[in-house]
Amino acid sequence: MTINYSEKIPNNVNLAGDKTLQRALEHWQPNFLHWWTDMGPEGSTNFEVYLRTAVSVEPDGWANFGYVKMPEYRWGIFLAPAEADRRVNFGEHKGEPAWQEVPGEHRANLRRIIVAQGDTEPASVEQQRHLGLTAPSLYDMRNLFQVNVEEGRHLWAMVYLLHRYFGRDGREEAEALLERRSGDADNPRILGAFNEKTPDWLSFYMFTYFTDRDGKYQLCALSESGFDPLSRTTRFMLTEEAHHMFVGESGVSRVIQRTCQAMKENDTNDPAKLRALGVIDLETIQRYLNFHFSVTIDLFGADQSSNAANFFSAGLKGRFEETKLSGDHVLKNDSYKILDLEGDKLVEKEVSALTSLNERLRDDYIRDSIAGIGRWNKVIEKHGVAFRLRAPHKAFNRKIGTFAGVRVSPDGHVLSEAEWTHQHRNWLPTEEDRAFVASLMGRVIESGKYAGWIAPPTVGINRQPANFEYVRFN
Amino acid sequence: MDAAPSVDTALQHVIDPEVCIRCNTCEETCPINAITHDSRNYVVKFDICKSCNACLPPCPTGAIDNWRRVAKSRPYTLEEQFSWDSLPLQGEVDAHIEAPLPEDVARITAIASAGHGGTATPPWSASHPYVNLYTAQNPVIATISGNLRLTAAGASSDIRHIVLDFGSTAFPVLEGQTLGIIPPGLDENGEPHHVRLYSVASPREGERPHYNNLALTVKRVNEDHEGNPVHGICSNYLCDLKKGDQVRVVGPYGVGFLMPNHPGSSLMMICTGTGSAPMRAMTERRRRRMALKEGGELMLFFGARRPEELPYFGPLMKLPKTFIDINLAFSRLPGQPKQYVQDLIRVRGDKVAVMLEDDDCYIYICGLKGMEGGVIEAFRDVCRAHGKDWDELRPALLAKSRFHIETY
Repeated sequence: MTINYSEKIPNNVNLAGDKTLQRALEHWQPNFLHWWTDMGPEGSTNFEVYLRTAVSVEPDGWANFGYVKMPEYRWGIFLAPAEADRRVNFGEHKGEPAWQEVPGEHRANLRRIIVAQGDTEPASVEQQRHLGLTAPSLYDMRNLFQVNVEEGRHLWAMVYLLHRYFGRDGREEAEALLERRSGDADNPRILGAFNEKTPDWLSFYMFTYFTDRDGKYQLCALSESGFDPLSRTTRFMLTEEAHHMFVGESGVSRVIQRTCQAMKENDTNDPAKLRALGVIDLETIQRYLNFHFSVTIDLFGADQSSNAANFFSAGLKGRFEETKLSGDHVLKNDSYKILDLEGDKLVEKEVSALTSLNERLRDDYIRDSIAGIGRWNKVIEKHGVAFRLRAPHKAFNRKIGTFAGVRVSPDGHVLSEAEWTHQHRNWLPTEEDRAFVASLMGRVIESGKYAGWIAPPTVGINRQPANFEYVRFN
Repeated sequence: MDAAPSVDTALQHVIDPEVCIRCNTCEETCPINAITHDSRNYVVKFDICKSCNACLPPCPTGAIDNWRRVAKSRPYTLEEQFSWDSLPLQGEVDAHIEAPLPEDVARITAIASAGHGGTATPPWSASHPYVNLYTAQNPVIATISGNLRLTAAGASSDIRHIVLDFGSTAFPVLEGQTLGIIPPGLDENGEPHHVRLYSVASPREGERPHYNNLALTVKRVNEDHEGNPVHGICSNYLCDLKKGDQVRVVGPYGVGFLMPNHPGSSLMMICTGTGSAPMRAMTERRRRRMALKEGGELMLFFGARRPEELPYFGPLMKLPKTFIDINLAFSRLPGQPKQYVQDLIRVRGDKVAVMLEDDDCYIYICGLKGMEGGVIEAFRDVCRAHGKDWDELRPALLAKSRFHIETY
């Protein structure tokens, strides 16, 4: 199979002039398409979807809207424009010119970082592949597919790095990215949250709000990397990641809005009555929030990590907004406060800043997540409803780090196993909750119509009118 | 409107805090660091923002695409914007929604678009135009940043490429839109002069990309269509302006004569003289995006008396043949029979017929009223020669917003 490189794969990495890269991609691209056919959005091959395609990194080049059949989507390879005279901005190599090729001593670590990031991209497409069958509107279906094709593009971005900079090892890793499967018992995806199911649209919105935001923070940390191609790739990916978080934030917000409308119209806050009205009670939304928040913050890894310290000192992965932070950017003599368990109390403990970098990124992430929850509460407040959503305590429901296996309530009290057993159904989605949410899921495909459990969006995609046909079925 | 707009107002770029998700994309994108944030809101610095609109396409939410008319001396401060939970609504004047189209403009537009029976709807993939942001009571003052003669020194007609700079005031245009110029002074009845409309000759991001400017193609009028001497008030005023001079501008206008944005769309452009202005804008838009290889063809039929009177002749000839199919008709070449655009349309009938049938091809006609009939007749002939009926095709073209006429 031959590829017309400049037409089919929009890029700014001189793909047409790089024979080695072409050969690698010629082999990989058909496998990618097989993977997309097998594991991409179910039954969508012939849909014409109003999608945004990036065709260059200029402001007016990367948001080109038009109808596209997803297997024909032009997955491109883009690096953000190079920064003149860029340096390694942190760690032991601080001040040296940024690396344009992989430094030998960091090769294994860099490959590991890129593979871990790359693995999440196809994983989320797999997790979401059935959702198109139950989309609450054409608008939402289109947003789902946009997220899917862009996760596909992010996979391309990581595969480009593997092919271009890591030789044979890189090519093998690129193949393996197409072979692992989310939730597969024998060959699962690398990270836990990416083996969870995304069974319904409330889960999808929560996932894009919380878990794609983890993506944002990881990409931000990698965009500080001293390995310049990784920095430039991830900087461009961030512009796309923003859309995914938009889908999550506005999606949850619209669910809340619809519920609050029903609460006011029917003058009730009884979950049973609200469920009978076909909307999702705020208590259930809170339980979903607790689940996705806690599962996602595990993605940042152990609170004390020598790997994280090594990645930083080596100049491979920085802190969030590293270059905007003050200080020496080496962190050898700095400390950081983390949470620890003393008996049945949670206490603050001062530890090395270098080994706490996972925790620090998690804290940055939590701040950002909580700000958005505040915006959801504004919607509730606007409707005159007293309920407020809250982020659970960061020790709640953890599977990784100091609090793995420790029972902690959403408000931060350490519990006995008996107390947890007694109460956890109030805090995490139950089988009944999931069954109820699943019962609401039915496909709405009439332009401008929305399922009863979600409010329409305020603005159309690309300013399109409310009844725009975002997806055409063929 | 609760207050009469004065010349001291401006459009302030604001971000809707209820729609914004604080993703930082706009701040990252802004080439001049006009966007900042605190822990609550993302906001635009009024004194820095040049309305270059680079932040608009990357915004995932649409929150960025909001504007408020404010007194230039009293824009919303950063502190006020940081404190917003929602955009201020009451008492605000969205000029582009509330102001009616000026009578002069409505009259001229009706004449210009009479060729297809009123204003056509834009192509489905056209961008959304801003219209009527500035009125005769509330014009925007632009500064001339260039005035270049396009026709050869010896040529009988004086056609000029005039660049207007809008400083820090928003004047967003799309290719195919027009603007109005108000000449200074009073007419022979002691009334202010009527507004004169000119097509914008530069693409949407400016004559010089990311500067807040645009270009016009203006012909100095010294005779009427019949060749009788007449002094064009506005054209002579514009052609005589020097760099640094100021001019009163109203508009922008035009919601139909807009280009498609979707990859694979083709343009057939037919023009004479300064009717080339919108064609130049559209061609330039496509030229700047050539590297994107979005597909679609450009076919141009361009008529003038002689090559030296054909505006943009030099740059046009430098465009690659693979990018644009250029057909020039000259009606006053010594020793040559007179040739008009309609003659070339017949010569290129095979390709024209294919493009007329192609739903992704959009047709634009701009120039003197006189050319319209000739072009339509040529289309009729081409259709007949290819076993089609123009009278059946034309309503289909209009229904699909593929046929656009602006003649004067």
